[in-house]
Amino acid sequence: MKDTLTLLSRVSAHPDSRCWFLAWNPSGTLLASCGGDRTIRIWGKDGDNWVCKSVLGEGHQRTVRKVSWSPCGNYLASASFDATTCIWMKKKEEFECITTLEGHENEVKSVAWAPSGSLLATCSRDKSVWVWEVDEEEEYECVSVLNSHTQDVKHVVWHPNQELLASASYDDSVKLYREEEDDWVCCATLEGHTSTVWSLAFDQTGEQLATCSDDKTVRIWRQLGTGEQGSKSDPNWKCVCTLTGYHTRTVYDVNWNHLTGAIATACGDDAVRIFEEDPGSDPLQPTFSLTAHMPRAHTQDVNCVTWHPKEPNLLASCSDDGEMAFWRYQKPE
Amino acid sequence: MVGGSQLENANPLIYRRAGERQVTAQEEDEDAPDRIDDREIFDLIRCINDPEHPLTLEELNVVEEIRVKVSDEESTVSVEFTPTIPHCSMATLIGLSIKVKLLRSLPERFKVDVHITPGTHASEHAVNKQLADKERVAAALENSHLLEVVNQCLSGRSSA
Repeated sequence: MKDTLTLLSRVSAHPDSRCWFLAWNPSGTLLASCGGDRTIRIWGKDGDNWVCKSVLGEGHQRTVRKVSWSPCGNYLASASFDATTCIWMKKKEEFECITTLEGHENEVKSVAWAPSGSLLATCSRDKSVWVWEVDEEEEYECVSVLNSHTQDVKHVVWHPNQELLASASYDDSVKLYREEEDDWVCCATLEGHTSTVWSLAFDQTGEQLATCSDDKTVRIWRQLGTGEQGSKSDPNWKCVCTLTGYHTRTVYDVNWNHLTGAIATACGDDAVRIFEEDPGSDPLQPTFSLTAHMPRAHTQDVNCVTWHPKEPNLLASCSDDGEMAFWRYQKPE
Repeated sequence: MVGGSQLENANPLIYRRAGERQVTAQEEDEDAPDRIDDREIFDLIRCINDPEHPLTLEELNVVEEIRVKVSDEESTVSVEFTPTIPHCSMATLIGLSIKVKLLRSLPERFKVDVHITPGTHASEHAVNKQLADKERVAAALENSHLLEVVNQCLSGRSSA
C-alpha cells in the first residue's frame, strides 16, 4: 500500500523553523509557504525542482500561520500571530504588501478568499470570525464580526461556489455562516468532535465537508435538505461518516481533492494518509477506505496537506521540521 | 502574577529530593548506545523552579519519577505533574515550563505530552487541552513577557 504515495522531492522551506501552511495559486504554477520564521516564501518549478522565487519577509512581526490566494491569483493574503492580515499584490515575480488589515485582538489563525474574490474571511484566538469586503479601489472594509464560537477559531474556508463560510474551533465545533439582509449570520453548528477541530475542507460540489480534530478522527458531513440560496430554511448538516482508528495523534489538516475526490490528511504522528470513498457506497452512509499511508512522511508533525489544483495526483505537505514535500499519489488497483 | 503579595499556597509540604543517578558500568561504556529512560527525563525536569516558591518542582512533589513515561523506540515522552493545590493558578505555567524544558532538551523526533495528574486540579481538562495545543504553545512562546517567566522557572536553582 506504501507504493501508492511516491516522494517526488523534499525542500527545506523554512530552515530552523516550522513550516505551518502551504497554498497553491489557482493555476498551480506557484506554491506559497509560511512559517515560524515570520516569512512567506513563493515557490515555482524550475525543471523538476521547486525553487524559491521570492521571500516576503517584511510584512509580519511574528509567525505567519496561514496564506490564501485570491481566485484571480494576483493577490495573496497572510494571517499572522502579530494580529494582522497582510494583502500582497503580485507584480511579475515580486510581491508588494498593499494593505494591512487590523482589528483582531490577538493571533490571526487563518484567512480565506471567497470564490467571488470580493470577500475575505479571517479568524483569531479572540474567538471571532471577520468578513471583509473588497471594493474596486482595493479598499478592505470589515462587514461583519461573528462571535458564534466560545473559544479560539482555528480555520476558515469558503464553499467552492456559494457565499457560505465555514469555521473550525478550539470549542470542538464547526459553524457555517451566510449573508442575511446586509449582515452575516451563523446558520449551522456541527457538533460531534470531542476536541479541537483544526481544519476543514469542502468537496468539489460543496455538498460535503470533511473536518479533522485533536480527537484523532476525521468526520464527513453532508448537506441535507434543499439548501438552495434564497430559501428560508437553512440546510441541515449531518455527520455521515467518522474515520476513526487510523490516526494516532492530532489530525492537523484535511484536504479534499476537487478533481478526484480523494481526501488527504496531515497528522501529528508524522504521517500523510489518503482516503477514498468506496465505489457504490450509499451517499447518505458513505464508507471510506485508507488507500495510502506514508508513516514517516516527515520527521516531525505534518501541519498541512494540499492537492495541486490542476494535476490530479500531485500532493504537497509541510511539517514542523521546516520542510515541504511533494508526493505523487497512485490509486491502488 | 509571579511574586505577588499573597501566596496561593503559603505553606507547601516539602519533600526529600531523590539521590543522584547511579551510573552503571554499561552506561560508562562509551561504545554502548544509551537509551533515553524515565530517570533521564526526570533529571531534566526535577530542577525546574516553582513559579511561587524558592523550591524545585521535585521538592514540592509536583514532578515524580513514577509519573514520567518514556519510550525511546516510539519517540514518546509523557509527564504527569501534580499541582500543590487543586486551584493553583500556576498550573498552566508549570506545565508549559516542563514542556519547554523537554522540547529544548530532547531530540526533535520526540512527541512530548504533559498532563496534570488525573483528579488533582479543578481545571484539569482545560489546562491539559491548552498544553496539548502546539499552536497556542508556539504563540505563547512568542510573547516575550511569558517567555521570560518560563525562562526564570528553567534558570536553575534561584537563590531567593
